[in-house]
This record gives sequence, C-alpha cells and structure tokens, in this order.
Amino acid sequence: MKDTVVEKLTARFSESIEFINEYRGELTVVLKKKAIVDVCRFLHDDDELHFDSLRDLLGADYYRPDDRYEVVYNLFSLKNKFRLRLKVRIDESDLHVLSVTSVWSGANWQEREAYDMFGIVFDDHPDLRRMYMPEEFEHHPLRKDFPLMGIPGSLALPRK
Amino acid sequence: MGMNSATEGFLTTRLDDIAGWARKNSLWPMPMGISCCAIEMMSFAGPRYDVARFGSEAFRFSPRQSDLMIVAGTVTYKMSHVVRKIYDQMPDPKWVIAMGACTSTGGMYRSYSVVQGIDLFVPVDVYVAGCPPRPDNLLKGLMEIQKKIERGEKPGQREKIYIEEHA
Repeated sequence: MKDTVVEKLTARFSESIEFINEYRGELTVVLKKKAIVDVCRFLHDDDELHFDSLRDLLGADYYRPDDRYEVVYNLFSLKNKFRLRLKVRIDESDLHVLSVTSVWSGANWQEREAYDMFGIVFDDHPDLRRMYMPEEFEHHPLRKDFPLMGIPGSLALPRK
Repeated sequence: MGMNSATEGFLTTRLDDIAGWARKNSLWPMPMGISCCAIEMMSFAGPRYDVARFGSEAFRFSPRQSDLMIVAGTVTYKMSHVVRKIYDQMPDPKWVIAMGACTSTGGMYRSYSVVQGIDLFVPVDVYVAGCPPRPDNLLKGLMEIQKKIERGEKPGQREKIYIEEHA
C-alpha cells in the first residue's frame, strides 16, 4: 500500500511535494501549502487509496526563524487499513492555509482548535471562531512565546 | 440550641435558633460538579456515605432551590462566569464549599486557563483538601457549615474553615 500511495502522489503532485519521509513504518509527506486541498481531495476521492477518515488535524509551533508553524493531518483509509501523515509548513509572515473542511467536514472543529491555540488562519473555513478560549481573548496560548501563567488581565474574572 | 422543654406540650426558643436548626438540617446542595471531584461528591450523596443523614440528600439542579454550592472541580476562566452566575442566582443565606485542590488553589493546574482558587471571584466558607477529597472529608466540610449555621454566623463571616486531608 505504501508504494502505491507514494507512486500515485509523486505521479500527480511531484512539484507540490517537499519531501517524503518514512520512519518506523510511518509515512509522512511534507507538502507545499498551496497544494493541500488538491492533495487531500485526491487522496479522499481516489478509489484505490480511499483515505476516507481524517483521524486528526493539529497545529505545531517549532519556534524557528523560518516556517515556524506546521499543520499536521493524520489520515486513515478504512478500506486499506493504512495511515498517512501530511504536513504543511507555515511561515510566521503568512499564517494562512486553506481549510480542508470541503474534503472532510470533521476538520471543522480541529481547524478551529488550531486557530485558537496557534493563530493559524484557515481560509474558506465555514465558521472560524475560537474553540476553547473566550471570543474576546486576544492571544494564542499554545505558541511557544506565550507565558505559561498567561498574560495578566487578558482573561476577565467575574466581579466579586 | 437553648430550647426550654416544658411538660405542658410546648417549648420556648428564639426564632433565629429554630430557623437555624431547620436550615442546618436541610441544606440543599447545588452540585457544581465540574470535573473528577464530582465523582466523589456523588459517592458522598450515595448510600455508602449517605449525606441524607445530615439532611442534604436533596441535590437541586436549580440554584434557586439550593442554599449550599459545592464547587467540585477545576474552574477555568471561561467557567468562572458560569459559577458566579449560578452563585448569584441562589437565595440568601447561601454557603460555598470549595472541594478539592483545584477548586481551592488551582491545584496542579498552574496554567493560564485555570483560576488559581475560586475565592478570587466567589466567597468561600469551607475549603476541603485532597485530590480528590474522600467523601468523609466532604461530610466534615458539610458538618462545619452546619456548625457555622448553628452558631448563627452569616455566610462569609468569621474565619474560613480548612479541612485537612487526613482530618
């Protein structure tokens, strides 16, 4: 199955793939961020691959000068019992990436979570609001430069 | 309680005393069960620890019918507004037990999202230590509230009571 996935992806999206990595039987494909929806659509719709399940979608902050953030997509094909990980790197200067809610509607809340925690903006998302923090909160708490105890006064307590 | 029994079939007492006696034996708790402490709170209400012995078995899920709020769990900043709103809706006199480490101090959640003790936004009468506290300790906390009522204290008056973990 692994070879089929790699073959099909490289045949169609060779210029969109940064690199492909395999470690301990886990296949990871790092993509250019413009291609993410096309690749996901292809993986989902292809009859042979049939990645019908988005098992997880998450943001990550590597706190490095270039491509500071990553969005990770863990896919699973129920038909083939095969897992695939996609990654997209996002630079601090442009925090936008296309939403994959048109492919898997389950990505809705997970993209909201990544937006809430890291400030990654998912374009074309149907309802991009904060997931956990109050709507008026101005920071993104899972960023590495956010202090553990928060910013004093940023979260209101009720009047005593 | 200072009642004077009489052989003629009546007794005399002060109105405050009899009202306090009635109140302390019918504290209706508002179960503000937010996380794992709520499991121990359920055990405290159940047949083994049997809070019915103290007249508090009627857990009211409406704040308007309760006079004791047991805050059992980690209170986040987002949840704090809900807790305060429920407290505001309870009729006076009302009492608050902070159950467990998270509720009393933030506990192990030393984090941006967790309120470091609910006394930052709600007056607390009894703190119960433990993570989670045993149901007996919560019973002890309830009994302390009963003693406060018996002594004629008002909520938030006098010193706070701290129930230690091995009390």
